[in-house]
Amino acid sequence: MSAPNKQYDPKQVSDLSAEAIDAMVSAALAAIESADTLDQWKEVRLEHSGDRSPIALANREIGALPPAAKVEVGKRVGQARGAIKAALDQRELILIEHRDNEVLLAEKVDVTVPVDRSLKGARHPLTTLMERLSDVFVAMGYEIAEGPELELEWANFDALNFPKDHPARMMQDTFFVESPDSGALLRTHTSPIQVRAMLERELPIYVVAPGRVYRTDELDATHTPVFHQIEGLAVDKGLTMADLRGTLNHLAHVMFGQEIDIRWRPSYFPFTEPSAEVDLRCFVCLGDAESDLLDQCRACGGEGWIEWGGCGMVNPRVLVAVGIDPEVYSGFAFGMGIERTLMFRSGVKDMRDMVEGDVRFTRAFGLDS
Amino acid sequence: MKLPVSWIKEYAPVSASAREIADALINAGLEVEGIETVGHGVIGQLVVGKVLDIEVLTEFKKPIRWCQVDVGTQVRGIICGASNFAIGDFVVVAQPGVVLPGDFTITSRETYGHVSDGMICSEREMGLGDDHAGIMVLDHVNIGDNANELLGIGEQVLDIAVTPDRGYALSVRGVAREVATAFGVDFIDPAEALDPALGAPSEIALPRECAIDDFDGAKLLTLRTIVGFDPTAPTPRFMSSRLQACGMRSISLAVDVTNYVMLETGQPTHAFDLKKVQGPIRVSRARDGDTLETLDHVIRELSESDVVIADDSGPIGLAGTMGGFATEIDDTTVDIALEAAFFPADVIARNSRRHKLSSEASRRFERGVDRVLAPTASARACALLIQHGGGTYLGMTAVEAPMSETLIDFPLDLSERTAGMPIDGETVRQKLTDIGAVHEEITPNLVRVTVPSWRPDITQSADLVEEVVRLVGYEKLPSTLPGGLKSSGLTHSQRLRRRVGSFLAARGLTETLCYPFIGESDYSALRLPESDPRRLSPRLANPLSDEAAYMRTTLLPGLLLAASRNVGRGETDLALFEVGSVFLGNVQAIGVDPGVQGRPPSDIWEAMQSALPLQPHHLASVLCGASENMGVWGKPRPFDWTDALGFVEAIALELGVRLKVTAGHDPVFHPGRCAEFFLAGSDQPMGHAGELHPQVALNWNLPSRACAVEIDLDMLIGATPNAVAAPEFSTAPVAKEDLAFVVPEGVAASQLEDVIRRAGGERLESVRLFDVYSGGQIPEGQKSLAYALRLRDAASTLSAEQIAATRSSVIAAVEAELGGSLR
Ligand SMILES: [Zn+2]
Repeated sequence: MSAPNKQYDPKQVSDLSAEAIDAMVSAALAAIESADTLDQWKEVRLEHSGDRSPIALANREIGALPPAAKVEVGKRVGQARGAIKAALDQRELILIEHRDNEVLLAEKVDVTVPVDRSLKGARHPLTTLMERLSDVFVAMGYEIAEGPELELEWANFDALNFPKDHPARMMQDTFFVESPDSGALLRTHTSPIQVRAMLERELPIYVVAPGRVYRTDELDATHTPVFHQIEGLAVDKGLTMADLRGTLNHLAHVMFGQEIDIRWRPSYFPFTEPSAEVDLRCFVCLGDAESDLLDQCRACGGEGWIEWGGCGMVNPRVLVAVGIDPEVYSGFAFGMGIERTLMFRSGVKDMRDMVEGDVRFTRAFGLDS
Repeated sequence: MKLPVSWIKEYAPVSASAREIADALINAGLEVEGIETVGHGVIGQLVVGKVLDIEVLTEFKKPIRWCQVDVGTQVRGIICGASNFAIGDFVVVAQPGVVLPGDFTITSRETYGHVSDGMICSEREMGLGDDHAGIMVLDHVNIGDNANELLGIGEQVLDIAVTPDRGYALSVRGVAREVATAFGVDFIDPAEALDPALGAPSEIALPRECAIDDFDGAKLLTLRTIVGFDPTAPTPRFMSSRLQACGMRSISLAVDVTNYVMLETGQPTHAFDLKKVQGPIRVSRARDGDTLETLDHVIRELSESDVVIADDSGPIGLAGTMGGFATEIDDTTVDIALEAAFFPADVIARNSRRHKLSSEASRRFERGVDRVLAPTASARACALLIQHGGGTYLGMTAVEAPMSETLIDFPLDLSERTAGMPIDGETVRQKLTDIGAVHEEITPNLVRVTVPSWRPDITQSADLVEEVVRLVGYEKLPSTLPGGLKSSGLTHSQRLRRRVGSFLAARGLTETLCYPFIGESDYSALRLPESDPRRLSPRLANPLSDEAAYMRTTLLPGLLLAASRNVGRGETDLALFEVGSVFLGNVQAIGVDPGVQGRPPSDIWEAMQSALPLQPHHLASVLCGASENMGVWGKPRPFDWTDALGFVEAIALELGVRLKVTAGHDPVFHPGRCAEFFLAGSDQPMGHAGELHPQVALNWNLPSRACAVEIDLDMLIGATPNAVAAPEFSTAPVAKEDLAFVVPEGVAASQLEDVIRRAGGERLESVRLFDVYSGGQIPEGQKSLAYALRLRDAASTLSAEQIAATRSSVIAAVEAELGGSLR
């Protein structure tokens, strides 16, 4: 092929005169200048700078020259090749830029077409809301406690100071589970997790317990037999109602903003004493007695307040039932409905939306609530 | 419970508005659910008129009456469509200009050929009740009387929800005490303010005897006897309108008086027709086989556990719950025995629960009534009966068991220690006085509190703390945070369950929280054979429906139902998942009741736990329709079995767990497209994935080729490493070799891959199947599997000889172990 001829070759085929070399350069530069596309440019390069190009052939002749002529002709041919290469490089840059401007633009797409090829998935907002509420407490130094949904009647009622035959026990609308001595039920609240935490953990105890609970209500716009609560329990030396209030205020501020108005009402839960119901200022009518909104407000029934949850100091009888000395330790507990919280936060109007699993509802929440 | 504000103000003389009183009660812990106005919407004054004449107009479709009604100032001609009144009756007339509820303005107007100059009103038209059977006819009134006053129109009524501990608040007496305390006015106790007073008994005859056979059933029984009562005497208007405002119907004077006194004092009483009662009235236990027809005309089978009121003939009333029909007061009753008793709360709660019978009386007894109030309340009732119905009082008989007072030694500083705000001793004493609790000093910081007889809910110091702090005001509590917290954050399992949920959601799956109730029909629809362990699910004793009476052992029925609901609503491309508990096996006998007097011993606690079924977290998914949206990339690919299996493998991969996959044989799935998963190196099954059996898909109206997954997520998470060990890897160049083998049809891809891996040894960095082919030049009963192998040395570039050596040892192993050959 075209390996350089290093052998002595007396036959000179190329004219190595200055005029001849200049003519080669001129022809090459003209051809380069006239290349309009990168493909033409490649042809020109082969023709004027390839192995069989005039200048390459001329270069091959140098070895055959007498030593005295070698230096001068070598220099001349070298300069000529340099000029051709420089012109090729320069022309290539111009042609690449041209290609980028013209050709790639012609390949442009419509970036506004839908590109959501994957189906949109989502967590259920009740799940993410429970996680979010839990995280507020985990950040405060609580751990997350869990317990079985099919629970011992003892843990759901007896240990929580619901006396047998007491109206409070009857009011819970309990699903009982068939068992040889009927000591099992579907937990009616997350409170049995309190009992388990106090039996199984070391003092002091700071836990929250999100979970699913059951009551024998038929499903309608405002009731569901299966719903979710989050429960909190703290047992330590010297805990006070003020500590409980501060804790719930913090939660409400995180979830609903610093401006939220909170009200405590004395109430009754067998497992706390004193007990309170925690209300939030109605988000819709803002409880404004001057406004016509209040009377007709469907969110709060014209009360100006919305029930959020219950709380209180752990009843000493509960501490006794799990072997904690109420003279040394005190505790507080609280609980709230997740569905209600989601209804306030996201304006869910019908309970059924949260239980039916219609993907149009759930997908709207994405990965967070 | 509904109570008119005017009645409360009789015993708590305040000038506050209904709203102010409601707010004060809410702050005191009584839940006022609303304030109603009697006759809400009535504007203007209604008057009593007397019907002078009625002409029946017969030419219309229904009988129409043209009435002449004297309203005092004039006689008005009024057209009326009702026919339940007669000439001479007194009726309520809305004259022109009056507005009735619903913004209905009365005018003189021409109708049925006459000018009707007003309206004769029914209860419903005045907003007094739902009774629209006819026109309201009044007794013992005069022409021109102000009907608004007579009917209590404009009276404001509080609707109060009473928590189970505050039985005392189911009465005017209890509510008025809270109002008086809240506004700082003197409380007038209706139990002491008897008006009229009951005079001394007549000696013309002896009162009826009474007895308590079972002192567990009643602690106090009183019986007052009245003879010569006028059964036709009307209930005074003030009483019937108050009863009506409280949501009770006026029935007869005798019955109305007992209800009135119960509402006022909280003490239920019961009036028997004395002539129908044989011998003494006693509290005793029923005998098995006894029956009793109660006032609601239900015949009740009694048992020895029922506490009853009895006479010589047997049970005549279910104690504290409902009287018997046979001894009922009627319009001929002239002799009355009025029973008032104290029954312990649990006795009445059991009576009520056993017979599924909740009455005004039982609601009060089971929440606790004042244990000493019976004689006072019955005196009040007798006085009212005689005042309005005449008769002679013969006196009272009574039986009583000793009842002790509740004494609590109460540290004066306990309230402030519990509340976390200063409450001085003087304030504490004042609040104790406000609730009616007598207290005496034991030491400077300790008082002995005598709990009032009407507060059986107060049994310990903590109960008194609540009384003190609620009366000081919860709104005064400061806001502080506890200091002694320590947390290790989420547990490993909690964290990974969240991650799995987020991972699946990010992969396009939608989380669904399904009801965990399933029925026999779900098992059949899943094609589970009788012996399938998934049929061993706990059963509810009181399910909402028999079709959903069991707790789920599998998440699939819930997800399939949700999927089918979505498909029915037009959402046909679905990927649903759920992470939730399943309930495996039946509840076992617990056999022990550890009581609540101390921590259960650990062996008993363990035994109680083990009676419950296992409740592991499962992860399940249902996939159907297109696996991606349509768009410029072309036709969407439908979900298929590879997606179902792929989700399981992807989760395991993300969690760092190696799985073993075999062909599965679950009847829920397509027999040839089901995989069963095991933890690598374990024979314990972890779950299945694949294409649903077409019959199962059809049973839930899902498209064919729908797929599903169900695995034991707790088992998977249990196999995850606590900390991931960082990999070591070589930076030497990689050599790529593609090998296609022809193997017998029965060889599983995973088997072939195992052989290649073992033979490839350490140099084999990865192996991946990229083609499966049969037919063509491949002999019958054989198939070709093509693998891409990546070879790499730990330190240096592999030589051609080394690559060839690995290659031939792989080929040799496949030949030797699986009878395969290089294609
Ligand atoms: Zn509102």
